[in-house]
Amino acid sequence: GPSAHRQQSPTKHRYPSLHKSRGRGTTTSRWLVLAMAMMRFYIQKGTHKGLYKSIARTLKFFQTIALVEVVHCAIGIVRTSVIVTGVQVCSRIFMVWFITNSIKQIQNEESVILFLAVWTFTEITRYSFYTFNLLNHLPYFIKWARYNMFIIMYPLGVAGELLTIYTALPYVRKTGMLSMRLPNKYNVSFDYYYFLVIVMLSYIPLFPQLYFHMLRQRRKVLLGEIIVEKDE
Amino acid sequence: MTSQGSRKAVVFFEVEILDAKTKDKLCFLDKVRPLHKYYPQWYAARQSIRLDPKGKSLKDEDVLQHLPVGTTATFYFRDLGAQISWVTVFLTEYGGPLLLYLMFYFRVPFIYAPKYDFTTSKHWVVHLACMCHSFHYLKRLLETLFVHRFSHGTMPLRNIFKNCTYYWGFAAWMAYYINHPLYTPPTIYGEQQVRIALIIFLFCQVGNFSIHIALRNLRPPGSKTRKIPYPTKNPFTWIFLLVSCPNYTYELGSWFGFTLMTQCLPVAFFTAVGFIQMTVWAKGKHRSYLKEFRDYPPLRSPILPFVL
Repeated sequence: GPSAHRQQSPTKHRYPSLHKSRGRGTTTSRWLVLAMAMMRFYIQKGTHKGLYKSIARTLKFFQTIALVEVVHCAIGIVRTSVIVTGVQVCSRIFMVWFITNSIKQIQNEESVILFLAVWTFTEITRYSFYTFNLLNHLPYFIKWARYNMFIIMYPLGVAGELLTIYTALPYVRKTGMLSMRLPNKYNVSFDYYYFLVIVMLSYIPLFPQLYFHMLRQRRKVLLGEIIVEKDE
Repeated sequence: MTSQGSRKAVVFFEVEILDAKTKDKLCFLDKVRPLHKYYPQWYAARQSIRLDPKGKSLKDEDVLQHLPVGTTATFYFRDLGAQISWVTVFLTEYGGPLLLYLMFYFRVPFIYAPKYDFTTSKHWVVHLACMCHSFHYLKRLLETLFVHRFSHGTMPLRNIFKNCTYYWGFAAWMAYYINHPLYTPPTIYGEQQVRIALIIFLFCQVGNFSIHIALRNLRPPGSKTRKIPYPTKNPFTWIFLLVSCPNYTYELGSWFGFTLMTQCLPVAFFTAVGFIQMTVWAKGKHRSYLKEFRDYPPLRSPILPFVL
């Protein structure tokens, strides 16, 4: 009969919410693992020195596969949130691979622990929210946390990241890392030091946009305001 | 929009115009009177009038009688924002790179170390590159003034900032390295490389110009009709057999030649970015050709023969 030749569609097409929530659930648990590793280290050692080193490999691994997830989930999400998420993931990968991983001397700085703690907290809240939302069982406190905690978390995280980059600058200057000078056969030069300065300056236009985007979302979701979006 | 009456039966229309977003009634026309008499800040180029709030804009040539409306027509108005003419944008976009490159070439003060101010490079390829770059943008400026026929009169004002940042930024970046005192001329194949690069560059400049002329001749002055372009007697236009937008193909070729000539990574970067943008435009144009013309030649690709 006709049903004999019907193709079995993969699970994710028949139960798109379930598939997405499984993905979000694993991300939540990854960040929980990281949070627990960090807390355990601090409780055992009583200091944050060496904490980064102990979680470094796990952190790098998680951040890099987060990239795959952005692409994977992009197929099912509205395009604008891909850009916002994409910018965040890229800036995180940049921090992890090009700052803290490459410049050993700053790994014990307080600012590193600050942004790691902020990232961990924010991601656990965010992905729990997505997971429960997709399963249609969203406890109010998670929704509340997701749309209120960012108000202090975002500025704290930015402070941690900026302070870390700023602390790294002298080491970059001294070692001349990732830099290329003239003359060379490609006729190009790159100064990682000034590049980092530009990255720091770029927070000035970019951070407010992210922050106000979240504030607008908060007004829509928590306070039920109707906001007329600017047309393209 | 225009409204005509025939000599025998005169049809009267009443037209109301609503804001597309808020649906407020903006005005009610029972005589033929332009919208901007009621709202002087919304001059004609800024107006987008449509039958449906989310639909496409009506064209200037549309006639009221031939639209699917009753005797009271409801149109939706959208403000397109401040507009600027295409000619102004092009002249500014292209004038910038022309002047900026020359500033770097003549080593105007404050760019390089003071001991190099107003000196010239000892490499002949640097002089050649300056001539090619300047020729390219001069050609573009002249084409804007005398060759191109634009379908739209204006574009949104913010485009000029975006476009100028792109063109001026890249021109300065490239010019800085090519005219740098520590510039290294092509090392892979030396003089041979520069010669071949120059031939490619000139060939593509002539090709690009031929295509612009061919496209201009498709459209009589003042008209907005669209036709399929075909190869002419000029051999440079024979590429129309294989490609929908050969002007972009030749443009890519020119910049590829320039990259080869200067062996400069920023130039390669600029070529790559331009290639991506032109491919997007070519695919769009190709798609609209296919939609508009049933008999469109099937062998053609958007920008690269058989490939893209």
